[in-house]
Amino acid sequence: MTDAAGPATALDAAARGSRRSPWTRERIESTIITVLKWVGVVFFVVVTLFPFLYMLLLSVRPIADLALEPGRLFVPFERLTFGTYDEVLRSVAEGGQGFLSFLQNSAIIATVAVIASLLLAIPGAYAISRLEFFGRRQVNFVFLAVYLFPAILLAIPLFVFFTRIGLRGSLLGLIIVYASQTVPVTIHMLRTYFNSIPESLEESAMLEGANRFQVMRHISIPLAMPAIMSTGLFVFMIAWNEFLFALLFLVDRRESWTVSLGLSQLANSTIEVPTTVVMAGAVILTVPIIVVFFLTERLLVEGLTAGAEKG
Amino acid sequence: MTSSPTTTEGDRPGLSLRQQESRAGLTLLSPTFIVVVAVIILPVLWTIFIAFRDLRLRDIREVGVFGAEFTLDNFIGVFTSRGFFDALLTTVIYSVVGTSLAIGLGLAAALIVRAPFRGRTLVRASMLLPYVSPVVAVAFVWSVMLDPNLGIVNAFGENVLGWDRPIPFLSQRSSEVTVLGISFGIPTALLTVITFQAWRYFPFAFLFILARLQAVPADLDEAAKVDGASPFQRFRYVLLPQLSGVIALLAVLRFIWTFNEFDDIYLLTGGGAGTEVVAVGIFNRLTGRGDIGAAAALSLVLAGLLAIFLFLYFRYFAAKPETSL
Repeated sequence: MTDAAGPATALDAAARGSRRSPWTRERIESTIITVLKWVGVVFFVVVTLFPFLYMLLLSVRPIADLALEPGRLFVPFERLTFGTYDEVLRSVAEGGQGFLSFLQNSAIIATVAVIASLLLAIPGAYAISRLEFFGRRQVNFVFLAVYLFPAILLAIPLFVFFTRIGLRGSLLGLIIVYASQTVPVTIHMLRTYFNSIPESLEESAMLEGANRFQVMRHISIPLAMPAIMSTGLFVFMIAWNEFLFALLFLVDRRESWTVSLGLSQLANSTIEVPTTVVMAGAVILTVPIIVVFFLTERLLVEGLTAGAEKG
Repeated sequence: MTSSPTTTEGDRPGLSLRQQESRAGLTLLSPTFIVVVAVIILPVLWTIFIAFRDLRLRDIREVGVFGAEFTLDNFIGVFTSRGFFDALLTTVIYSVVGTSLAIGLGLAAALIVRAPFRGRTLVRASMLLPYVSPVVAVAFVWSVMLDPNLGIVNAFGENVLGWDRPIPFLSQRSSEVTVLGISFGIPTALLTVITFQAWRYFPFAFLFILARLQAVPADLDEAAKVDGASPFQRFRYVLLPQLSGVIALLAVLRFIWTFNEFDDIYLLTGGGAGTEVVAVGIFNRLTGRGDIGAAAALSLVLAGLLAIFLFLYFRYFAAKPETSL
């Protein structure tokens, strides 16, 4: 066996002394590890994907079929239905659950929050990355410390405040909260990217007579565009998925509900809504996020874990 | 460049480059700063203020929020309320067990996809799905999967594993389990929400550990191999020490976030069946009873306890944590 494996293994064996058996500790453990690895791959893929598969399959099943055979995963083809989607999307006036308007609310809130968060964070991240000013080092720390506060602690005063000024129940209130809550992480991700752009480019432009703001606008921001896009999509995902503030601010006004809030209300509804219809709502809530995620996966992962490899 | 005064357009003469930079930096940062102060820092301070008042939801439109007199009633109420210490214990168990499980799974997942293989990119991406997906959707899927009547888990248990009756995973406080003739109670619902939390957050640990793993120089492993260290030894004595920093950082971050966690438990059990963590208690005081003062006091207690835990951790356990995130 060792002969076939070539000189490297032979050398290994020689280094380990005069053991003749092919079952060296190295080999035994490597075999165990290879087996464990593939068991692990299967385990993780099944465990992470199964709930999503289940979600999708339940959403196209008639409820009677599910009640009859809860243990069955795949629907017989002839019983496949898309009526669940029709019911969940249709407006309440037409006997549906109104998810189409929830989708619209979520899209508005998330998009405006992304724009606001980026408009705030781009200049801030640039400043922290490039300029030396009083408190530069502390600023980053303060922002991140803020990020560690319990959301529920912030929710109380904001709830009281927005109730008093009459913004509770409006989309605007929620947008303000989302934009400001995502600014710290947006700055963190963008700053990392600005740091990776060589400063020499900007310096030469400044020697040509451009000022800071011109440099930022014509050089740094265009170069950082990929990072800005992916950071924006990350904020979009946060805003789209957010639940606590949406619940606190919007629950009294059905016409303002986001998809997340709508789904949670539907799931706990006192009026009996078929599970399969709610499941169609869950698919509608999840699909945009999965699409956005696959579009940005690589950049997102790099932006999020920047600094982690320093360990 | 620093010696010659650059008087380009837009620069004010008389200011050194350093002063200009400083001024530009503060200008660029000020919008962020103002928003963060207005929507995060001031509200936190205001919470402290509210916690010392008797403030009810029904009064907030009329009563001057800055009027009213100071009182300690809210805090006395928190510490004497039935269930406070139970909720605290639940929160601590939930955080410690959930954090450990999530990091353990994340470490395993990272080791598995470390070396390239066919389909690795897809496997890695699919492992991130629980973390990026909307919490409301995945919590709902889990609650249906575990449902005693409609759920596939109980159907599988009854049909294939031969369970006598379905297990109400999310509504049963505890169940008797007999292993080798010894019976003991296990907190069913609490274990279920902990499992959910490990499932949802292991990708976060996975991402960070994987990033760190890929930065470990390959010759380190090679050298240990040449010296005759077996694969398990190489993991234990070469790789693991390299990961200790990132694992410590993850432990702190995940503990903080799990300790404050609201969404997962609220959506799965509503805080019932022995899963009421402090954050859910705060929410119930705020919306259920409309007692804003009590909610604020409890949230300050939560933040205070967290600060104490972190202080103890950094004082006695942490070598020198990386604060890059």
